[in-house]
Amino acid sequence: MRLIERFFSVIGANTIDRVWRLGFAARFFLAMLSHSGETFRRPRLLLRELYASGVLSLIIILVSGLFVGLVLGLQGYDTLQRYGSSEALGILVALSLVRELGPVVAALLFASRAGSSMTAEVGLMKATEQLTAMDMMAVNPLARIMAPRFWGGVLSMPLLAALFTAAGIFGGWLIGVIFIGVDEGAFWAQMQANVSFRDDVFNGIIKSAVFGVAVSLIAVFEGFDAVPTAEGVSRAITRTVVTSALAILALDFVLTSFMFRGL
Amino acid sequence: MIELAGIHKTDEILRLMTTPYVEINGLDFAYGDRQILSGIDMQLPKGKLTAIMGGSGCGKTTLLRLIGGQIKPDRGSLKVAGHEVSRFNERELYGMRRRMGMLFQFGALFTDLSVFDNIAFPLREHTRLPESAIRDLVLLKLEAVGLRGAAQLMPAELSGGMARRVALARSVALDPELILFDEPFTGLDPISLSIIATLIRRLTDALGATSVMVTHDVHESLAVVDYVYFMAGGRMVGSGTPAELRVSTDPYVYQFVHAQPDGPVHFHYPADNLDEQLLAGAA
Repeated sequence: MRLIERFFSVIGANTIDRVWRLGFAARFFLAMLSHSGETFRRPRLLLRELYASGVLSLIIILVSGLFVGLVLGLQGYDTLQRYGSSEALGILVALSLVRELGPVVAALLFASRAGSSMTAEVGLMKATEQLTAMDMMAVNPLARIMAPRFWGGVLSMPLLAALFTAAGIFGGWLIGVIFIGVDEGAFWAQMQANVSFRDDVFNGIIKSAVFGVAVSLIAVFEGFDAVPTAEGVSRAITRTVVTSALAILALDFVLTSFMFRGL
Repeated sequence: MIELAGIHKTDEILRLMTTPYVEINGLDFAYGDRQILSGIDMQLPKGKLTAIMGGSGCGKTTLLRLIGGQIKPDRGSLKVAGHEVSRFNERELYGMRRRMGMLFQFGALFTDLSVFDNIAFPLREHTRLPESAIRDLVLLKLEAVGLRGAAQLMPAELSGGMARRVALARSVALDPELILFDEPFTGLDPISLSIIATLIRRLTDALGATSVMVTHDVHESLAVVDYVYFMAGGRMVGSGTPAELRVSTDPYVYQFVHAQPDGPVHFHYPADNLDEQLLAGAA
């Protein structure tokens, strides 16, 4: 009886703790939004974060995009040629990247590269009392530290996803057209004719923007909420990567369901 | 009418001159069920350097955080410049903090900014001074702490003592009326410790600021402060000028000032009887 009581007590405590933390994250998000004005009034703050989370993520995004495109080219050709439609390689590569792989894989990479870095930076600032020092200088850390990082991430994400997609298409072209010999005219013409800006490209942009909000929010919140010790910051970074990955995949399913036109 | 206005003005000036800058009455504070401070009464006179001393965990830093408005008391009153801190909204609290400087235990310098930019930070955030004026002010502050030559170094390139002096320069960048020092001597070598103590005294006098120093370093503190409050177990247990405390026979003050290992603050953490515990283990 004691064991059952304890079992439910632990579950209850954990549930309350998680709901409380979710509420805290929501309040943090709203407070950060209400303190976002300074980020746009002082573009230098935003530019610095665009550089940190956007420009510094370029290498991993472009190289990964290229390899994903190369693999898509090989696998796509292998499947399509069985049905005698290898000319459709361009459309397969483009739609896979624009609608799904571009936003999702770029967001996963963004969470690992820029998200973890944001959490580490904010968490260490907290552990070394830099956030408290700023607050005691009458400078709100939400406005000066969190909001610029959040908006830097939100604006970087769609641009990185677009570059990932472009690198992927280039990889698909390299394998399909240059190495395998698929007709170049068919490769580009099929892509041009079948990729719709509104249904494919625009939906991809919406997805990457939503992922950008989710990952950046998780990253700054985990840093802000980190236990101010070396172990606490390390745990916060792990939580950022894991929670972001799960959030990206779950949101991708929800967004794809809304955008689905198959029925 | 003019005369009346004059009288009122003089009264106001007299009131401000005689009123303590920080006034604490019957203050209680707890983290959840754990009582940290009980019935604290304290008055910090304007333009004076006051030390709050006591052993680790006695609630000194919590008291400093309460004065800075980082946390709110559960009961009692805490006034800074005549205003109840716990009633401030965010804008009013930041207004008070603009007239306040704080030196943190380990400096809390911004690690991505140079020494120069660390000190320029509050000036750039709160003033509209041209960059040339900010440069001159920063150099003057650095000169005051003897580190003008280190302006372009990064915090990672500084020794512990130098970092503390830079943090001190940053805390007085806006010429504050109230300066809070949280354990300013922790981890410093004797030379750095003496330099910091002297600088704290000099800067307090030069700015005419009200300074509060939380510390457990008896000898350096008694040499520079005007008044001392002693805390133990979240309560105020004694107070006086350094001269009074050096000859005090109060058991707690005596134990603290003369660094006695046992006294009102026990050497042993509370535990069961040793013999009983050993016999229980043998059985």
